[in-house]
Amino acid sequence: MSSKPGWREIPIGAVLLEPGSSVKVRTGDWRTFKPIIDQSKCIRCLLCWIYCPDASIKVMDVNGKVDRVEIDYEHCKGCGICERVCPRNAITMKPEGE
Amino acid sequence: MTVSSGELKKARIVGLTGDEAVAQAVKQCDVDVISAYPITPQTIIVERLSEFVANGELDAEFVPVESEHSALSVVTSSALTGARVFTATSSQGLALMYEILYITSALRTPVVMAIVNRALSAPINIHCDHSDTLGARDSGWIQLYGENVQEAYDLIFQAYKIAENRNVLLPVMVCLDGFTLSHTLERVELIDDQDALSYLPKKLCYPFPINPERPATYGPLALTDFYFEFKVQQAEAMRQALSVIPQAMREYEKISGRHYYFFDAYGLEDADVAVVCLGSASGTMRYIARELRKEGHKVALVKLTVYRPFPTEELVSALEDMKAIIAMDRSLSFGAVGGPLFEDLRSAFYDHEKRPLIGCIVYGLGGRDLTPSDARSIFKYGLEIAKTGMVPERVKFVGVRE
Repeated sequence: MSSKPGWREIPIGAVLLEPGSSVKVRTGDWRTFKPIIDQSKCIRCLLCWIYCPDASIKVMDVNGKVDRVEIDYEHCKGCGICERVCPRNAITMKPEGE
Repeated sequence: MTVSSGELKKARIVGLTGDEAVAQAVKQCDVDVISAYPITPQTIIVERLSEFVANGELDAEFVPVESEHSALSVVTSSALTGARVFTATSSQGLALMYEILYITSALRTPVVMAIVNRALSAPINIHCDHSDTLGARDSGWIQLYGENVQEAYDLIFQAYKIAENRNVLLPVMVCLDGFTLSHTLERVELIDDQDALSYLPKKLCYPFPINPERPATYGPLALTDFYFEFKVQQAEAMRQALSVIPQAMREYEKISGRHYYFFDAYGLEDADVAVVCLGSASGTMRYIARELRKEGHKVALVKLTVYRPFPTEELVSALEDMKAIIAMDRSLSFGAVGGPLFEDLRSAFYDHEKRPLIGCIVYGLGGRDLTPSDARSIFKYGLEIAKTGMVPERVKFVGVRE
């Protein structure tokens, strides 16, 4: 507690002047089920990227082309929407800790 | 309000109802965004403002909405862009705004809202009491109460001056009694348009206006580690308001010739008994106080203009020599020690050396008239407390049938 700023030191009204700071919050800690991508089945259609409510699908480009799709486990909350929308059943939800 | 003599521009004198006077003042404050939903007895305020916008007298955005919840949301978010904003409501409308009331004050947006006081349902009632705004006393808004139409007009300018002060940045409610003031035509002295604009702060007072060039997050999550600090900031802003308010009032006197303070006192110099009240009842009470003083009774009337922040020190030092004080509450706090004004006043004296006896009168609920004979009986009750040295009933209802 004492390492955090006091009430005189923070902007009034709880305004966060630094944009995009939610990246610092590791919402991946909330997860109970973890999406696993089977890269051999993935066709890189990016439906999971479109549907993901937490922008936790990472699209890895090589020379401007989609090379690989990965999960950002720092922020993925494990909602399982990606598993549902995947047309090739390339994503499986597995219990955390397995 | 007392009128001072001095060199002032000749004021324009007009006949206006309380609602029309508020609309006139808002127009002169050159607001940028107005959003409201009609509700009796406030409706005329926003009807007039929509006419001013429609006919080009006021260059503002008028946003019609589907509820008061949306009206306050619109003006709060508009204020975040640095706009000067206004809304108005009454009773159930204020109740529907409840969720946003706390957000407006916590986001530190200098919103000004006129509340035409009206009783809360049920039973449904359109007439005046103060249960709507007194219920919102803990929402972090500054609350000003007008006694007459002139005060309702004047308090709008002072409300913006206070709200937009960098050390305050809190929303302000300007409260006027439903029908008694809102629909009653009175003589009003208008201040000069240019004087009004020079009195008010320069616009864009909000320190972090929304700007696409500099993205920021408004209204984020703050949990166990930060929420408390933001609440203390709000408490500090209310404390700052205690010094900003008299300053804003003194400056307003320079352009209007009308003197305002946290409260207006009549007869306190030599009084034994003081009655403290809010709003239009003050006129009747002062009239009776004057009669009683002629009859030799040392009574005084203190009309409270600023209810939040509660001017604790100022009231205590003004009233410490009274033998008895009567707090007049036009609202009920069910199951509480007494009415809200009574509770504030009595607790203000708790740790003071001199502690006058304090009684609570609840009156006027649902617009029940406060007659001169009621007013007389209230002062007599105070005189009896002063004489006997005891308060017979902690809370006494006046004007209700047994």
